[in-house]
Amino acid sequence: MKKIDEMKKLVLAGRLSRRDFVAAAAAFGVSAVTATSMLSGPAMAAPKKGGKMRVGLGHGSTTDSLDPATFENLYSQVLGSALRNNLMEIDSNGKLVPELAESYTVSDDARVWNFKLRQGVEFHNGKSLDAGDVIASINHHRGKDSKSAAKKLLEPITEMKADGKSNVVISLKNGNADFPFIVSDYHVAIMPAKDGAVDWKSGTGTGAFSLGSYEPGVRASLKRNPNFYKAGQGHFDEAELITIADVAARTNALTTGEIDAMDRVDLKTAHLLKRRKGINIVETSGTQHYTFTMRCDTPPFDNNDVRLALKYAINREAILKTVLKGHGVLGNDHPIGRSNIYHAGSLPQRSYDVDKAKFHLKKAGMSNLKVDLSAADAAFAGAVDAAVLYKEHAAPAGININVVREPNDGYWSAVWMKKPWCAVYWGGRPTEDWMFSTAYSADAAWNDSFWKHDRFNELLLKARSELDENARRKMYVEMQTIVANEGGVLVPMFANYVMGLSDKVKHNEMAANWSMDGFKCLERWWFG
Amino acid sequence: MSDIGKMVAQRLGLGLLTLFVVSLIIFLGVELLPGDIAQEILGQAATEETVAAFRRELGLNLPPHERYIAWLVNLLQGDFGKSLANKREISELLDVRLWNTLFLAAVAAVISVPLALTLGILAALYRNSIFDRAVNIMTLSSISFPEFFVAYILILFLAVNLGVFPSISNISEELSFGERVYRCILPALTLTLVVVAHMMRMTRAAIINLLASPYIEMARLKGLKPGRIIVKHALPNALAPIINVVAINLAYLVVGVVIVEVVFVYPGLGQLLVDSVSKRDIPVVQACSLVFAMTYILLNLLADVLSILSNPRLLHPR
Repeated sequence: MKKIDEMKKLVLAGRLSRRDFVAAAAAFGVSAVTATSMLSGPAMAAPKKGGKMRVGLGHGSTTDSLDPATFENLYSQVLGSALRNNLMEIDSNGKLVPELAESYTVSDDARVWNFKLRQGVEFHNGKSLDAGDVIASINHHRGKDSKSAAKKLLEPITEMKADGKSNVVISLKNGNADFPFIVSDYHVAIMPAKDGAVDWKSGTGTGAFSLGSYEPGVRASLKRNPNFYKAGQGHFDEAELITIADVAARTNALTTGEIDAMDRVDLKTAHLLKRRKGINIVETSGTQHYTFTMRCDTPPFDNNDVRLALKYAINREAILKTVLKGHGVLGNDHPIGRSNIYHAGSLPQRSYDVDKAKFHLKKAGMSNLKVDLSAADAAFAGAVDAAVLYKEHAAPAGININVVREPNDGYWSAVWMKKPWCAVYWGGRPTEDWMFSTAYSADAAWNDSFWKHDRFNELLLKARSELDENARRKMYVEMQTIVANEGGVLVPMFANYVMGLSDKVKHNEMAANWSMDGFKCLERWWFG
Repeated sequence: MSDIGKMVAQRLGLGLLTLFVVSLIIFLGVELLPGDIAQEILGQAATEETVAAFRRELGLNLPPHERYIAWLVNLLQGDFGKSLANKREISELLDVRLWNTLFLAAVAAVISVPLALTLGILAALYRNSIFDRAVNIMTLSSISFPEFFVAYILILFLAVNLGVFPSISNISEELSFGERVYRCILPALTLTLVVVAHMMRMTRAAIINLLASPYIEMARLKGLKPGRIIVKHALPNALAPIINVVAINLAYLVVGVVIVEVVFVYPGLGQLLVDSVSKRDIPVVQACSLVFAMTYILLNLLADVLSILSNPRLLHPR
């Protein structure tokens, strides 16, 4: 049975098809009917309509706006995903499926993409969705005056044109087999357009909910969209998203029934909350990971042996157990998580090895090393604790880590990509190419390890336009190996998303790509 | 009375000067912080190009003194400007938040001021008794704990265990007055516990100070009851210092409650200010600071006027 559980996880991570699972389960003597029912999650009862869902989130600031170009926190992401949709979406099993698009075709070189839009979709204000809205929504992130975080992502687009009212043809500079993933990004939400400019201020979209009132940093109240086009989604009559920054206040609100769900459970007290009646703790393990990033253009980190010594000098198990209380998985010095399709599972797990650390240090011509490590809780919750633990682990190898506690305020502008070695958090990306070209390719704006590896960059380009699965897998595994052995990033762990739900709240298997069911809790959940 | 009018005018003039200096200091302070709003909002996702485009859009590429003068000119015409982050009118933003803050401060004041004065008078009346000591110990310990701790204790007992009050003050405009008060009770109680000690001790000390005066001795020799001596004879003369300490605490209830706001998720001015500082939204920071500064100036002025009315000698300092 343990084997079957493992396979079940693979299915959920999208790495094993349902059909393969049923076949394999049969080998263990499980009938097809039982096997299929095993896949349906714990709460697979038919969804019911109605109720008012109140969600308390730890993010949200008075300075937020409804412009998806500047979305930067979970609050905006969840709100945006309730109001608007994308051309494509990642479903709860981690698979890419069409959303506002009905289907798409691609040229052989993966360069020209033709999206056919779904018919009869209306925005909350009654306007029908057409190709012009899609083009304007994507153009919102492009051009000289764009302040969008998705600008880089959409830069390869050379031309977009409408082919009739319901077809959009997008041409890219170079082939990219993963392009449909990019249009599923939460920034690239589709909004109604007028004269080529999108209206983001009103929050109008095609989503499961329309916006009632919104007070940034406080609350948003939403109403169900009666014309929502997705069958079997959008169950609550009303919803309220409340910003509750303080984790103790959030926990109290959940236990006293002021809210029905919360994100970011305090890991130190998660086991106590779990014991409380009427509350379920749900966690998903996706692509969110924490790193200690070294600048490969700055001594001593320009020497790969120094980097390897540091990678061997950290006790990942201990940090996972102490900082995350076990709510995560070990990292292997590359950013590709187990839920990614081409995760290099065959790569041996790097472990704590003082002798190897000493060996590499010696090879670099040093008997001991003194380095500064900048950390702050802004990088990730527990970063300073993790750094201090690391300091103790590294000491026996002759490595003296001086932990510099940086201010949370201004961390991303003053410390990250400025200091030679610092703690960083990455929400992760749904595809290998996206992650690597965001932070590892030599010309990436966020190449925070300032790492240039010719073979890696060559493979990245080749894999991007390769449409053959096996050839891609080989290339991505090689790239992960290169990053792990020669890269400038130390990845001690992948962190789970841990949420607290009232037991009234029901859901199917929960998406692992982002927190709160891939941001889509309001669309996907219901009251039992 | 014209003397008081003159003083009020003079103080208001000085107040305006203070506001100007405050706005200048705040502006310089936020400018000195590392990063600007473009970098803070884009955060980890910032690139040089997008930050530059953001700055152009907001006019942040102008030199600081030009931006300050433009802001000041607009303010003198009664325009607080717009939030840099989401283009909302600051006057609208302030309107709701200020009303929320004042509402909470008022509920807390309605509970705490009469409570503190009564306890202070009783403590003075029964000074050095068990009652006096108990009141002192209780109020001093509640002021000694950090605010968030007092708040958590109240939540634990009144919201989690007994379930009589909501643990978060989720208020919105459509709530009735009664419902609003109900939802504000826990934060108001927390604030009460924090401010009562100061006012109570001051009342007690001010009254006891007077009890050694010859005219109180005289009253006592006439055979008046201790209660009457304190309320009718001592209290009127002790009003000036009491009014001052009450004013300081009222100002605190308006400007110093950010921690209580966070713990109870109360949408007041404090939270607005903290969010705006962390994102470097200068016009909003300026507006909030001016409101806070104005609160202090006006409450202090009010306290002085009331003190003088209760004791006209204060108008002519020796």
